[in-house]
Amino acid sequence: MTSTAEATQAGTATGRPRRGASPKPTGGSDLLHAVPWTLPALILIFGVVLFPAGYMIYNSTRKISIAGVDHGSVGLQNYLTVLSRPELPGILLNTLVWVVSVVVITVVVSLALAQFLDKNFPGRRWVRMAIIVPWAASVVMTTTVFVYGLDPFYGIINKFLVDIHLLAEPFGFTKEPVPAFISSIGIAVFVSLPFTTYTILAGLAGIPGDMLEAAKVDGASAFRSYFSVTLPNLRNAIALATLINIINVFNSLPILKLMTGSIPGYKADTTTTYVFKLLQNEQRIDLSSALSVINFLIVLVVVGLYLWIVKPMKEVS
Amino acid sequence: MTAPAPVALAGAPTARRRRPRGSASPGRTVVKVIAGVVIALVFVAPYLIMLVGSFKSRNNILAVPPTYLPEQWHPENYLTMWSTPETPLPYNLISTIVISVFATALVLLVCVPAAYYTARFRFPGRGIFLFLVVVTQMLQPTVLATGLFKEMVALGINDTWLAMILVNAAFNLAFAIWIMHSFFAGVPKEVDEAAQLDGAGKWTVLFRVQLPLVWPGIVTAIIYTFVASWNEFAASLVILSTDANQPLSVALTKFVGQYDAAWQYVFAVSVVAVIPVVVLFMLIEKRLVGGLTAGSVK
Repeated sequence: MTSTAEATQAGTATGRPRRGASPKPTGGSDLLHAVPWTLPALILIFGVVLFPAGYMIYNSTRKISIAGVDHGSVGLQNYLTVLSRPELPGILLNTLVWVVSVVVITVVVSLALAQFLDKNFPGRRWVRMAIIVPWAASVVMTTTVFVYGLDPFYGIINKFLVDIHLLAEPFGFTKEPVPAFISSIGIAVFVSLPFTTYTILAGLAGIPGDMLEAAKVDGASAFRSYFSVTLPNLRNAIALATLINIINVFNSLPILKLMTGSIPGYKADTTTTYVFKLLQNEQRIDLSSALSVINFLIVLVVVGLYLWIVKPMKEVS
Repeated sequence: MTAPAPVALAGAPTARRRRPRGSASPGRTVVKVIAGVVIALVFVAPYLIMLVGSFKSRNNILAVPPTYLPEQWHPENYLTMWSTPETPLPYNLISTIVISVFATALVLLVCVPAAYYTARFRFPGRGIFLFLVVVTQMLQPTVLATGLFKEMVALGINDTWLAMILVNAAFNLAFAIWIMHSFFAGVPKEVDEAAQLDGAGKWTVLFRVQLPLVWPGIVTAIIYTFVASWNEFAASLVILSTDANQPLSVALTKFVGQYDAAWQYVFAVSVVAVIPVVVLFMLIEKRLVGGLTAGSVK
């Protein structure tokens, strides 16, 4: 166990020259002392997160050919082109339906799951471990199982639904935009449940036991004590899980790509999958940059809400 | 609200709230166990389909109507999958491993010092630095994929492992900094001060004194980064264009959406790719939430 730490220690030590100590030892500035410790992280954040964001904004104002040649500035023309595409209103509506339904269903189901997993019963640990599996597994791989299983001919989930008499005959879940989109919502909920459930479990663990005892002593029903003691205390955990889920679901690519990618048209696209279609099918970097910038702004609004509501910075200041 | 939240979050409070009263009747316990089994089954069902499907023959897995279990078990799928025409799988596996290992190493190299310093010392710009980390945590390669692609083309490193190592490291750095930050902050300052009295410098304190104490946080950061890099899809999809350079997550999509799908190979590859990361995630189960939420669940 300590060997892990020692290995890290040795590796890190040789990898990082102690540059910061030498430049201005007499300056004594706190900022200068912090540089060697934080600079590598800053380089990575600026180089691979902030710079591409800025570069994307720049590209969104250029006319770029399919071969990638920059033909100069076009102002906001790319934005106008993307926004006036006939499929865009439908895609925006899909995006809204996608994010709202996945996040709402995920949070509601997770509240119930977490409530159950907070109770004591033999084997609870195993159930918690089982719930982790979709969290760890690649979303691409999880989705392929559903693409296969929901096939109307050889799909095993379809067969199961018929065998338990939920369906009269196999249904082509993945063949038409609307059923494929709705099935994708189900898959997205499935892969979002683990994180959400664990976050709410952590929130439940933080509620003092005597608070619930007191409610019980006062004669509150289980229903009443859940809504007036448990739920208000979960406010932060729910806010946090909701916001992180909004971002994850909004950014989700593989589920819709695999489930609906082979269906022609844009009836099952969100703004995220549309960006990748513009980029990969149409090779339009300028248009996909413009739409990506719009997506980026939407994400930033959610990040702003996260900082405002959850206040993660309060912990460290 | 105090910093060592991740450790306390999952473990201790549940233990404290465990009320071993005799009121729970055996009947209710049985109901709970049954419900638990059903829930567990629902969550592992797709992976059971994956596992069973990986042993079917090509004809069997495309049979109409399908069979739940293989008519004949074909463990040799796990050997023949390495030479399928759809994608050069051995290279895809190597790409996945190289990208994940180096991205994880880079994250450690960059985040251990940053997490330690921000947890221990106040300096001008500390708030801004941590703010940038929080914002980075909320961003994903997907929303920046177009910009990342153009940047890598401009740098001449598109379609290379290096590009994906940088991307994975950058987008997992926030989790690593948070989880390690909270562990460093949880070590009493007296420990550092005692070492400093003995003449140890900051780096010596970090490596000789702190690291052995905070290793659970470091292991969590290593595993989380490794698993996230292992599963990364969107950026790899646009940055890595050569078949052999692509990780398994991208390579697998080649099997899907085609009329003639080799599902048994899709599932065999998936089983090989999923098992290690599931085991790794189970090892850090109790600490996952802490790094994702900056310890702010309360």
